[in-house]
Amino acid sequence: MPGHNGRDLRLLQGNECCAEAAILAGCRFFAGYPITPSTEIAELLSEKLPQVGGKFIQMEDEIASMAAVIGASLTGAKSMTATSGPGFSLKQENIGFASFTEVPCVIVNVQRTGPSTGLPTAPAQADLMQARWGTHGDHPIVALYPSTVPEVFDLTIKAFNIAERLRVPVILLMDEVVGHMREKVAIPHQSEIEIVSRPQPDVPPEEYLPYAAGPDGVPPMAPFGTGYRWHVTGLYHDETGFPTTAAPKVDRLMKRLYSKIESAADEITFTSDEFLDDADTVVVACGITARSARRSVRLAREKGIRAGMVQLKTIWPFPYDLVGDIAGRVDRIIVPEMNMGQLIGEVERAAKGRCEVVGYSRVDGEPIAPAEIVAKIEEV
Amino acid sequence: MAVPIDDYLRTQFMPHIWCPGCGHGIILGAVLRAIGRLDLPKDEVCIVSGIGCASRAPGYLDFNTVHTTHGRALAFATGIKIARPDLHVIVLTGDGDAAAIGGNHLIHAARRNVGLTTVMFNNSIYGMTNGQYSPMTPRGRYASTAPYGNVERNFDMCELVRAAGGNYVARATTAHARQLSNYVENAIQTPGFAFVEAVTQCPTYFGRRNKMGTPVDMIEWFRKNSINAAAAAKLDPADLDGKIIIGEFYRGDAPEYTEVYDEVIERAKEAAAR
Repeated sequence: MPGHNGRDLRLLQGNECCAEAAILAGCRFFAGYPITPSTEIAELLSEKLPQVGGKFIQMEDEIASMAAVIGASLTGAKSMTATSGPGFSLKQENIGFASFTEVPCVIVNVQRTGPSTGLPTAPAQADLMQARWGTHGDHPIVALYPSTVPEVFDLTIKAFNIAERLRVPVILLMDEVVGHMREKVAIPHQSEIEIVSRPQPDVPPEEYLPYAAGPDGVPPMAPFGTGYRWHVTGLYHDETGFPTTAAPKVDRLMKRLYSKIESAADEITFTSDEFLDDADTVVVACGITARSARRSVRLAREKGIRAGMVQLKTIWPFPYDLVGDIAGRVDRIIVPEMNMGQLIGEVERAAKGRCEVVGYSRVDGEPIAPAEIVAKIEEV
Repeated sequence: MAVPIDDYLRTQFMPHIWCPGCGHGIILGAVLRAIGRLDLPKDEVCIVSGIGCASRAPGYLDFNTVHTTHGRALAFATGIKIARPDLHVIVLTGDGDAAAIGGNHLIHAARRNVGLTTVMFNNSIYGMTNGQYSPMTPRGRYASTAPYGNVERNFDMCELVRAAGGNYVARATTAHARQLSNYVENAIQTPGFAFVEAVTQCPTYFGRRNKMGTPVDMIEWFRKNSINAAAAAKLDPADLDGKIIIGEFYRGDAPEYTEVYDEVIERAKEAAAR
């Protein structure tokens, strides 16, 4: 229904919202494989993509769907896939290929309780490290993590924009409960949405060096079939795109891949906080747990405890400086998470011993309730 | 007709990595001559490969080229073809790449009948990793991981692709370069999925382990042991043991995937407009 300011107010499930946002972000290709609890994204895009001239395909497996996404992106199509734990594991080799060959794409992982088949319909936050280090070798990656359905909308758009702007695979991590909950979302008109597309070469084909980057470390990317014939390989390659084993070139490529993400950290780091100014205890959380954290610090404040919270909407690259600054100002940081302790390791790296860092893990397939975090705040 | 192929080669990246006497150059020449006879614009050709000796071919070719992950060339190519149906997408793959790790992708690319041309370089061995047995190594042959002779049977990829639904299936050897090139030409012209198996010699690993002699001896062996499909049909199957059956095995006219999907787009747009 039409809402205020011309926005379309809708009651949407997180997964539905992700699919709607993808279309508005310019996604025109989706390849996937059915897996709980992400399947609604594929189902909705199989309906919506052809309506806008886009393409949907259900591949024979998760590996193939990741490969098809990369192939489509090489032709210039903004491309995505969606999966969950077991599928995310299978996609990893090709995610590494996309990262190394700098092919923009978005991978949604609606996390379920693992490991293995785990609890397919229950939430967990245990793929944080897999999002960062799931594929072999050093590699850059960006991972965003919404906690509400409106944030799913916002971060899905941002995921595409970052993927295109930096030529990097962007992982959108969702919690099963965020993927399946329904919330009110104000969908902006297409004209209100900032859309970013990959940088294009400004030289003729004969002068095009597909991996020659500008000052921002991001090389322009010509779509296949437009006169720029270039070579893509998962081998180490130089600016021409062709294989090299020359040590200085190998070193330069890896360092550029890292620096292009690091130098863009400010524009891709998204956080939200509450009561930070005078807090002596700060809760650092992401996803659905950040909602409980927000509630928990409000409850703690009612009890006269100076608690604050930070929600990390960008978990990779991890905002070490931001968390480090907080660590320097507070007595303790509490890290509640639905895993055996993944986020806490990064918080400790950021804190460098400047404050106490206390973890709280819940791994029974249930979300962490605000009262549990309040108890932890009161305990220390 | 002699077709110059130099224009299709990135000669600045040569010499190539293939061993002396390797048959892959013969296959590549056959592919390029087919492209030349069809006069396909270079910008409209996309070559996709996986991992292995054969899969290094795209690096030497002046088209839109992608050297992907092991076994996944057809899945990458499917994404490219669906996103840009006007491109001629040709997959160059080996027997390990296509028949082992990528076997499922081959089955489903054929089943979908996506308009891809696949040329499988079958040297019956994993060459890049120094000669382990592949799904195409015949039983009893030797490999670095089959020091007592291969236990497994090799399988017939042409029958597999035919059964899975491909629109064109053919086989030739490096002893039949012209025939091979004609098959590739026919494959490229086929709407839907087309598969050409190119039997080739690996003198370094398969040949040496199995005492096949020189590369020329191996090509001569292919020539002597090949039998045309029409002739083979008249023989008792027992007499075909150890023979390489060559020829065009199937030409179908099932609808091509991207054309069918275009109809989906029309229906979806109508549904959205209602």
